[in-house]
Amino acid sequence: MVPTLSVDRLRVSFSHRSGSIEAVDRVSLQIVPAECVGIVGESGSGKTQIFMAAMGLLAGKAQVSGSVRFEGNELLSVDRPTLNRVRGSKLTMIFQDPMTSLTPHLTVGTQLAEVTVTHLGMPWKDARTFAGRMLERVHVPEPKRRLNQYPHELSGGMRQRVMIAMSLLCEPSLVIADEPTTALDMTTQAQIIELLRAVRGEFGMALVLISHDLAVVAGLADRILVMYAGSVVENAIAEELFKHPRHPYTAELLKCMPSVTGPRLDRLPTLAGQPPRPGEILEACPFAPRCSRAADRCRVERPQLEGSSTSQAACHFPLTS
Amino acid sequence: MNNILLRVRDLRVDFGAHAVIRGVSFDLGGGEIVGLVGESGSGKSTLARAILRLLQPVQGSVEFLGVDLLKCSPKVMRAQRRGLQIVFQDPLASLDPRMTVGETIAEPLKIFESGLNASARQRKVGDMLQRVGLSSEMSGRYPHEFSGGQCQRIGIARAMILSPKLLICDEMVSSLDVSIQGQIINLLLDLQEAGMAVLFISHNLAVVRHLSHRVLVMYLGKLVEIAPCDALFASPVHPYTRGLLAAVPHRLPAVGAAAPGAPGDQAVPDLITSGCAFRDRCPYVLPMCETSEPPLDEVAPGHWAACHRSHETLNPLSFES
Amino acid sequence: MDGLADEAARRLRSNPAAVAAVAVLCAIVVLSWLGPWFSPNNSQTLDWLHIAVRPGMQSSHWFGTDRLGRDLFTRTLAGTRVSIAIGLAASVISLLVGVSYGAIASYIGGRTDHLMMRLIEILSGLPLIFFVIFLTVIFGRSEYLLFFAIGAVGWLTMARIVRGQTLSVRQREFIEAAIASGAGTGRIIARHVVPNVIGPVIVYATLTVPQIILFESFLSFLGLGIQEPGASLGTLIAEGAGEMEAAPWILLVPGSFLAVLLLCLNIFGDGLRDALDVKDG
Repeated sequence: MVPTLSVDRLRVSFSHRSGSIEAVDRVSLQIVPAECVGIVGESGSGKTQIFMAAMGLLAGKAQVSGSVRFEGNELLSVDRPTLNRVRGSKLTMIFQDPMTSLTPHLTVGTQLAEVTVTHLGMPWKDARTFAGRMLERVHVPEPKRRLNQYPHELSGGMRQRVMIAMSLLCEPSLVIADEPTTALDMTTQAQIIELLRAVRGEFGMALVLISHDLAVVAGLADRILVMYAGSVVENAIAEELFKHPRHPYTAELLKCMPSVTGPRLDRLPTLAGQPPRPGEILEACPFAPRCSRAADRCRVERPQLEGSSTSQAACHFPLTS
Repeated sequence: MNNILLRVRDLRVDFGAHAVIRGVSFDLGGGEIVGLVGESGSGKSTLARAILRLLQPVQGSVEFLGVDLLKCSPKVMRAQRRGLQIVFQDPLASLDPRMTVGETIAEPLKIFESGLNASARQRKVGDMLQRVGLSSEMSGRYPHEFSGGQCQRIGIARAMILSPKLLICDEMVSSLDVSIQGQIINLLLDLQEAGMAVLFISHNLAVVRHLSHRVLVMYLGKLVEIAPCDALFASPVHPYTRGLLAAVPHRLPAVGAAAPGAPGDQAVPDLITSGCAFRDRCPYVLPMCETSEPPLDEVAPGHWAACHRSHETLNPLSFES
Repeated sequence: MDGLADEAARRLRSNPAAVAAVAVLCAIVVLSWLGPWFSPNNSQTLDWLHIAVRPGMQSSHWFGTDRLGRDLFTRTLAGTRVSIAIGLAASVISLLVGVSYGAIASYIGGRTDHLMMRLIEILSGLPLIFFVIFLTVIFGRSEYLLFFAIGAVGWLTMARIVRGQTLSVRQREFIEAAIASGAGTGRIIARHVVPNVIGPVIVYATLTVPQIILFESFLSFLGLGIQEPGASLGTLIAEGAGEMEAAPWILLVPGSFLAVLLLCLNIFGDGLRDALDVKDG
């Protein structure tokens, strides 16, 4: 079975006057068809850059090396026309802020129809009808009216639904959702997560959900990858990750999520220090400076991902259950 | 409540024809931490700015230590600012990029304690930097050299250098990484000096829960619920509050994503000419909600809710921990 | 401010065109102030033996002479000195006036801003040349008139630019923070607004200098500016224009100096904009 997405030793660096900054440091991962994978990390973790590189959205600004295969075909070295055929149809992306990722001066209907006209060769009239039907499927109220509206006339939640509709028009094999709920209110966030769940059931595509919030990813993901300072530090099935985190960073992250239930705390749990700035990566475990379990080995040798098929961690002294 | 620091009455703020705050009244006592929760469009940030007279409300009064801030002269207002400070959401944007952090923190001293000479000022700035967990040598650096969390510490240092009586925190940790949020909140708790009150504005219910003595819930420009913190989270009365709490995503995948407790999107406030602003989304709506706007009613000692049905025992929303 | 200025200087240094332009500018400045020391002639003496002599090394007149036998080398350098001095002085004045006017108008806003900007629009609408001619008729020719006219050119657009920049700076959160800290209007304008708009302003000021020099040259060319026996690049060009067929060097020497001066100032101004832009972006 060919994996939908196969990333092998991907490296993304940005050149800066004082040297180069490694945003993604030799990351490898695989996504199988219909799988939902959550990618969690804080600022500087590189979680977004992996997929920006895969979609060719970093061209020119960064040095990308390694391999990214989509349904068996290499994406990084492919020519522009082929990439454009895949992007937006079979491999689509939903961005964080729908206000800036939708074109302000075109109506919603035009932007949606453009997708099927370009990729599937549909005539405009049919494309608009098709777009209207898709808006219905993502539960946008009064879909016909929305087609004629401009992005700024819709609320944040509705704009995000439009983005989701846009990503589904050509029946993609993989949808990448980059912080889709971060810019939204709590109540809208819950609705969008519900929508993503429903859509996954209906369309059966693979879904990558990138977020800094473990809780958002919790309800949807089959598997979760935790990233820190440009590398994957833990890769486990969701249930395992929450019940038995193996990497100390994951455990700390879980502890830091304050909840609305459970006892009230006097002081919030916290993790001292801060994530390394991009570029400060050395041949050591990137988490060692903040890890309460760090030993000498951690400061000189970089750990690799090790473990079972359900749970792997890049740690010399992983937590045991 | 015995010593009342801030007394807000019937505050109304319009942005052109758009009513952003539609009649808000509450008290705040010395030493209290009051959480103000609401989503986008609720007017919570506007409320902060109105209290600080960074914009001019059309109606109402804001009494701080007996002085009505909205009616006093600009000179008196500036004098009052010494006791009334704010920390903003975007840590980097709230610092002047052309001033060193030392100069930024020293500015309130220059304004209010002009008698101090340069070295005394320098000493105070150095002390403050240490109190917020940075080192005094950093005073010569510029904001862009610091991380988000560090910038927020600098913002706190500036706000607290004159030991204000009331500190308003406007989404103070919302743009910070999860592992850093706890650090900043704990810092705030550590620095809270005797008698200093805090108005903590946030959309993050979990953080508010661990921090506040009392909570105010705001929806579309009005307060819909006021309660002691435990009471609010254990037995919320207003349907919007219940919807908010239900929408918080849960930590464990076993529970699954939260139920979207408040369907649909927020109404546009201008379209609400009568009745309760929440009626279009409320699962408990009655005919009278269209015509009659519910006032804040005391349902239990210290617990107020603006709902016609607040005295009934409605189906509690359950969520396992 | 130091760290940011260093940053900009470094970026400027790595721009070859800008560096070359600065080098040439420095050379011109040094030449125009020190050059005449090396020449046996001065700019006033009429050398009847060498009227309209071609440039060359054979006589002591390296750049040739004009119709009255005056040495073109020293005269051109004198003219360059005058043009540069006027350019700089007028730029500085328009900078000071324009920045204060624009920052205050924009920060205070409301009706004050309205009135102040209307005034600028009225002044901009005046046909300046006619205005200068009119004033010359009334007050006669004088150097002060020249200064006044040139100053009138510079500060208007500067004020507009500063006003635009201030409008965007004034919305930024650190201004709100300063107000919340108790800072008064004066303090905010001086300590927070002006340092943050100064980038584009400096660039514009640098690009104003060539404009001013050109305008002065134009006025002098028309006979409205510097008078004999004084010289500026403009007056020299005016003389040279009359001798174009017979003795073209009388035009070409000052003309080339002016062209090179303006070119270098423009290149430097562009380089400065690029160097400062990244930070302000």
